[in-house]
Amino acid sequence: MTGRSVAWPSMVVLLGLWVALFLAGPLLIVLKISLAETRLARPPYTPLLIDDGGGWSLSANLANYVALVGDGLYARAFGQSLWLAGISTALALGVALPMAYAMARAPASWRGALLAAVLLPFWTSFLIRVYAWIAILKDEGLLNAALVGLGLIRAPLALLNTDIAVVIGIVYAYLPFMILPLYVAFARIPASLIEAAADLGATPTRSFWSVTLPLTAPGIAAGSLLVFIPAVGEAIVPDLLGGAETLMIGKSLWTEFFQNRDWPLASAIAVLLLILLVGPTAWLEGREARRRETGA
Amino acid sequence: MRRSLSWVSVAALALGLAFLYAPILLVIGYSFNAGKLVTVWSGFSLRWYAEAFANEQLMASIGVSLRVAVLSATLATVVGTTAALVLFRHARFVGRGALVGLIYAPLVLPEVITGLALLLLFVELGWERGILTVALSHAVLASAWVAVLVQSRLVAFDRSLEEAAIDLGATPARALWQVTLPIIAPTLVAGWLLAFTLSIDDLVIASFASGPGSTTLPMRIYGQARLGVTPEINAVSTLMIAVVALGVVAFGLLAKREALRGVQAGGSK
Repeated sequence: MTGRSVAWPSMVVLLGLWVALFLAGPLLIVLKISLAETRLARPPYTPLLIDDGGGWSLSANLANYVALVGDGLYARAFGQSLWLAGISTALALGVALPMAYAMARAPASWRGALLAAVLLPFWTSFLIRVYAWIAILKDEGLLNAALVGLGLIRAPLALLNTDIAVVIGIVYAYLPFMILPLYVAFARIPASLIEAAADLGATPTRSFWSVTLPLTAPGIAAGSLLVFIPAVGEAIVPDLLGGAETLMIGKSLWTEFFQNRDWPLASAIAVLLLILLVGPTAWLEGREARRRETGA
Repeated sequence: MRRSLSWVSVAALALGLAFLYAPILLVIGYSFNAGKLVTVWSGFSLRWYAEAFANEQLMASIGVSLRVAVLSATLATVVGTTAALVLFRHARFVGRGALVGLIYAPLVLPEVITGLALLLLFVELGWERGILTVALSHAVLASAWVAVLVQSRLVAFDRSLEEAAIDLGATPARALWQVTLPIIAPTLVAGWLLAFTLSIDDLVIASFASGPGSTTLPMRIYGQARLGVTPEINAVSTLMIAVVALGVVAFGLLAKREALRGVQAGGSK
């Protein structure tokens, strides 16, 4: 790795500058503004350092954080985000497990095509994929029309603008994130292990539960986090599919910023959300980095 | 090993794929609907495409999106490739861990946080918000993806080629420009396409980073979708799906060619 390196130090310096200016800097500014107060001016927040003639004085306060913790609405929004993201993750796992298993067990010549088929919808605009569900879920929508037509229900179900719609939207939008790591995990299990289990008298069901599934645990963990982390901060799905009473923290941040123009409060929400997600994120990044560097 | 699928597996795949494709196919199908109702089929028509093309705001936002995507994809390819080269070549330097964590942070950060953080930076710096700030923000996001892609290509790169160039008297910079980059060029093109697609697709970050006159297509669609489903959005969405599908197919062909070449190189060793 060392010796005559083609990447010279100036590249490291340039990269460092980019990271400092566009990644580290912005996150520090969010932290700074979360300690400011909102005001009607440009920019709409108070400065942290105030020049009061005789010198600089620091004007930081935790009022935004106190407001967030004290106001039951935001506490509920945090709680509901975790809850809805958790349910969506569990459902996505339930849908993805049999699909990924079937893909990994499919004849080798099919697997590439199946993988492409699963990934193609993922490349379709996220917004359009969420938007598509409005026409399906609304009262006079296609799902209700189909259910009524089949005689399963008599009156249309209220689906759009409920938490159910939000969960469906999240599961749908993030499903490929779950399928991919599961597929990789299943595909890596040597066939000889399954054969050994069978030779030792395990039924296919038994060998699935006591051999295959434990070996895919890291894939399950990775897929779950890849769905859970963005789902917790999701803003678009609850806005388009959720109702007025659907509280999610990403949507709260969005509303505080764009509608109430309370930038300091939006920043404080972002900081709390970051703190909440830093553990799972670090785990995922560490795993990714190890995987990349070993080239596995 | 039994290689035929059980009926349970086949059913799981069929249902799963139906779930993934039905909503998209409905949007495409109803974009050709003659009637205004988005859930009642009343005959084939291209009427909504005509209306979409006549909608000046919509067309302007497509122009903005394309300009942003080209700019951001180009910047992201340069930055992402630099990041991959630096991280791959320099196993150890001070602050490497922090650098890695920050470069890849946009992959896992909720988009609302990335968008808010970048917007606040632009405000602090006093930069006018517009096409450039949106492109820059998208480049921050996409460079992380490009870096992932290029790094995985570098793992398979035969370094002796570079060493040979240097032994023959090339400076390291020349070896990079004339040996390494041309060899990994298909990956760079794939990275550019990936970044382009991410940019065209993004709503959240663009909403934060844009200013008056730099409304992107997803922002325009979102504004209309909040008011309800219209056949005109279905038509524009279908066009967007078509453009992205073309990009993905191009990306897939490149990746396949690269994979084939990798197999051949591996076989000749």
